[in-house]
Amino acid sequence: MCLGIPGKVVSLNQAEQWAVVESFGVRKKIGIDLIDEEIAPGDYLMVHAGYAIGKIDQMDAQVTLEMWEEILDAE
Amino acid sequence: MLSKAQETDAARQALARLLPLAEEAARRLGRRAVLMEVCGTHTMAIARSGIKSLLAGSLDLRSGPGCPVCVTEQRDIDKIIAMAGQPGVVIATFGDMLRVPGTKTSLEVERARGARVEIFYSPMEAVEFAARHPQKEVVFLGVGFETTTPALALSIAAAKSRGLTNYSVFSVHKLVPPVMRALLSDPDLNIDGLLLPGHVCTITGRKAFDFVSAEYRAPAVVAGFEPVDILEAIYALLKQITAGQARTLNGYARLVREEGNRKAKEIMAEIFEPTGAAWRGFGEIAQSGLTIRKSYADYDAAVRFPVEVPEALPPKGCACGEVLKGKITADKCKLFGRVCTPSSPVGPCMVSLEGACAAYYQYERHEV
Repeated sequence: MCLGIPGKVVSLNQAEQWAVVESFGVRKKIGIDLIDEEIAPGDYLMVHAGYAIGKIDQMDAQVTLEMWEEILDAE
Repeated sequence: MLSKAQETDAARQALARLLPLAEEAARRLGRRAVLMEVCGTHTMAIARSGIKSLLAGSLDLRSGPGCPVCVTEQRDIDKIIAMAGQPGVVIATFGDMLRVPGTKTSLEVERARGARVEIFYSPMEAVEFAARHPQKEVVFLGVGFETTTPALALSIAAAKSRGLTNYSVFSVHKLVPPVMRALLSDPDLNIDGLLLPGHVCTITGRKAFDFVSAEYRAPAVVAGFEPVDILEAIYALLKQITAGQARTLNGYARLVREEGNRKAKEIMAEIFEPTGAAWRGFGEIAQSGLTIRKSYADYDAAVRFPVEVPEALPPKGCACGEVLKGKITADKCKLFGRVCTPSSPVGPCMVSLEGACAAYYQYERHEV
């Protein structure tokens, strides 16, 4: 349930507080209401239940994606 | 960016440094050190990576109450199912609640009998659904820890600002710090160190868990979810155990801040307030649950659709409660793998992918 999935910001709308992020090649619209920091396309966000809960370093996001890919494949 | 090979290499190096340290901790304690994680995603990651079995000779790695569906009390499950039977009500939920067995039935069975149960990825989708179906009463099941609660709080705020009167939340939300205190106070458990849940800490901040080391003298490390994150957190815990130290450290600094997520904490506090809550296996724990504030009673399904259900016992023979406290491992339950399997689960720990029993069944089971 506390399953977080990192997504790369593709586009965003600050006024309406949403962003489109890409994870596993799938694009999804998520809420960015909870994020204090500046967000720009290319940033990685940790997404949980349709909302970004934090901004992450690009360095590590890719590895987590691979891990989730495996887990999702196993389901 | 780390490649897969670099990642594996980093994990291998961490493991090589970790084994002698685990042995040293065991010598120092006169038994294997007991480390506990309290996060369903850690449960899955540890089980599937094989970390637990690799270290089993010198380290006792246990799962605690980290799966929200699993810790939900039987009576609350029965209330949810009773709510699904009310006229006009559409139950909205994350997927893993569907198959959790109540005393007599489950949401899945009731759905087959005609109850309306919709699965959503985000509570905001349920708000959209409520807006499109004004003649239906949409009740979202608020099951989850600090990570999930902000999304539910935002959904209530959105329903209010859009003037929707047919969206409400049934809150059985729970808080991690109070249950951690219960675990650390349990004289039977002897927890030597805690892996702190990375995504819960993203919301609460690292500081919210300083009490683990300050008050209970137990080392704690905020851990991410990759094998190398977990190995490094275990290493940081063992280092402290062998040095006789106790600090609450952040091993997931790429996401977790000292103070956590300010906006998330604000919206949670605006809509919810702490209350006593019953946990499967633990019973009532003071101030460990979140209820919807009176000022938002119009969005509180417990107020809008009060249901009464009798006292409920856990399923007969199910040891989920003991598994959640870390007192036994999944395979020690008499029902495990025989009567209780992922395709016909008896208790919630076998239903949710994050449940300790389901994780054990999928990744660690030997012939039973």
